[in-house]
Amino acid sequence: MRLTQAIIILLTIVFFSNNQNLLASGDETFKNLKPNFSFEGPFGKFDRESLKRGYQVYSEVCSSCHGMKQLSFRNLSQPGGPEFSINKVKEIASEYFILDGSDEYGDPIERSRVPSDRFQPPFDNKDAAKASNNGAYPPDLSLIVKARSDGANYIYSLLSGYEEPMPESMHIDESLSYNPWFSGSAIAMAQPLYDEMVEYDDGTIASISQMSYDVANFLAWAAEPTMEERKSLGLIVMGFLFIFLILMFFSVRRLFKDVH
Amino acid sequence: MNHDYEYTPGNAFTKWLDKRLPLIRFADENLLSFPTPRNLNYFWTFGFILTLCLVTQIITGIVLAMHYTPHVLMAFDSIEHIMRDVNYGWLIRYIHANGASMFFLAVFIHMFRGLYYGSYKEPREILWILGVVIFLLMIITAFMGYVLVWGQMSFWGATVITNLVGAIPLVGESILTLLLGGFSVDNPTLNRFFSLHYLLPFVIFGVVILHIWALHVTGNNNPTGISVKNTNDTISFHPYYTVKDLFAYVVFLLMFAYFIFYNPNILGHPDNYIEADAMVTPAHIVPEWYLLPFYAILRAVPDKLMGVLLMFGSIVVLFFLPWLDTMKVKSARYRPTYKIFYFTFLLTCFLLGYLGGQAPEGLYLFLSRVCTIYYFAFFLVVMPILSRYEKPSPMPIGISNSAINTDLGTDKNPALSINN
Repeated sequence: MRLTQAIIILLTIVFFSNNQNLLASGDETFKNLKPNFSFEGPFGKFDRESLKRGYQVYSEVCSSCHGMKQLSFRNLSQPGGPEFSINKVKEIASEYFILDGSDEYGDPIERSRVPSDRFQPPFDNKDAAKASNNGAYPPDLSLIVKARSDGANYIYSLLSGYEEPMPESMHIDESLSYNPWFSGSAIAMAQPLYDEMVEYDDGTIASISQMSYDVANFLAWAAEPTMEERKSLGLIVMGFLFIFLILMFFSVRRLFKDVH
Repeated sequence: MNHDYEYTPGNAFTKWLDKRLPLIRFADENLLSFPTPRNLNYFWTFGFILTLCLVTQIITGIVLAMHYTPHVLMAFDSIEHIMRDVNYGWLIRYIHANGASMFFLAVFIHMFRGLYYGSYKEPREILWILGVVIFLLMIITAFMGYVLVWGQMSFWGATVITNLVGAIPLVGESILTLLLGGFSVDNPTLNRFFSLHYLLPFVIFGVVILHIWALHVTGNNNPTGISVKNTNDTISFHPYYTVKDLFAYVVFLLMFAYFIFYNPNILGHPDNYIEADAMVTPAHIVPEWYLLPFYAILRAVPDKLMGVLLMFGSIVVLFFLPWLDTMKVKSARYRPTYKIFYFTFLLTCFLLGYLGGQAPEGLYLFLSRVCTIYYFAFFLVVMPILSRYEKPSPMPIGISNSAINTDLGTDKNPALSINN
């Protein structure tokens, strides 16, 4: 009987661990590249310099089409993020404008943004965004890393994947670009990054893969600005629980010593 | 339960209180000195764990409701507000979201334990039925909670599942309109789901009290399935099972904490981090993992109404368990044939869970159908037949004896145990 149980359990494990190979459908997508981000793993932290560069790529390139409505400028200076100085954040924010309330005649007041304001959206509304992009809506990037499976690796692969040669058998609409990492391999976004497209403040050479890496890093942070706090609190909680577990283990052993 | 111990108030105040509202006596009889079989294994710790799961969900839920906005234009952003701006909001939300998964994990183990050791059999029929009621309420509550996130999977999951109600002949359409508060999933739907998601946990809490009450009338079942005969068979709930349950709870919490702190989104679907959009349908609409087996049953049938009936039937059939399995021997330990069918059933449920996440076509669909047939056959065919024809293996005479025999590795020979 024990043997039957063991076999059933073993089969279950084998089945679930292999399910992708065992019953895989014929979907031919490329496996995501893994640039090994510093924030991975239980002790992972974001690379601050890379986050700063990532923000630079976002603000100079991506932000012309993609908004990040969940982020405020103040987030850029908070612990666990790019950690720009507060003066730098004020300077960044002041480059953008916002309509805020109305004056005594009822006319809207335009003022510079301040750190407590959200990032500036690139378009007034969804229709305007579509009209400027051949009918395709450039998604908001605040949560993009959480909204795609294997998020950061996917973003990195996608952004650096435009150079892949298109198979000759494939034909796609002229308004689309070939990118094997995109579902269906035909993406409405034209290649966004080219070598030395931005001039990094810290002097790093802006290759396509460097920019893809930095922007993927930045977007991973933006999707969850509290990640470092989460992991460090987790360590304390798990440590406490582990000590508690040992105490409870010996309590149970001692208590049940005479109970059989 | 017959036991010699009785609570005696110690001082003037407790004596005074005991005559008016015997709260301490009640707590003593039900939580401290409650006689519990001495041979309970770790599968019996899940009742305690589940109670704490419910309390955790209620507390975190109340805090989340303070910051959440149930409006289609603001719901999704208000959750991101909780994640980013509320102090420890991310922690509370991750506890609540993963807590639902942990709750279901524990309830599945709890139910499969009942199924293995025959905990639904006489005299525990009502106890079991109340448990199934709780499970049903949990499913409804979890489903509505998932909709509140107002992500793509929330919206489309709500659309698919509420549409099932429309399959009911004659009144289906009217009920659907009432459920949605309109003709499609929209703001009125979100509002009523929020209201009900807040209400139902307290209904669950009420049924849990009845469940525990019923448990304390009949007393615990135990791994041998043999009824408690005398005080030698039992130990007091406190300190023995309070400590043992707490130990199990800490193990459970460690796993829970792993998900909260190191992999908080693995149990959810990435699409639910995309705000709901009625114009864009996700490639695959799937429910949360704990509902996948039922989803697989639903889609195994080509006819919509039949699918709905089977899906509800898969839970309704549990209500009738005490009368489908009439075998006097409770525990599968002494039922070699039942044991084989039981583990096949367990495997079937795992498989249904896997199949619920796949597209219903080709081999997947075929397997879903086979598993669905076995799911129902287990209850409606195997159980009644085994009740009549299965020959149980030899059993020990009593709980205490069995425990000693197990140590000697001779629990199959009742003759040896008489000396003890």
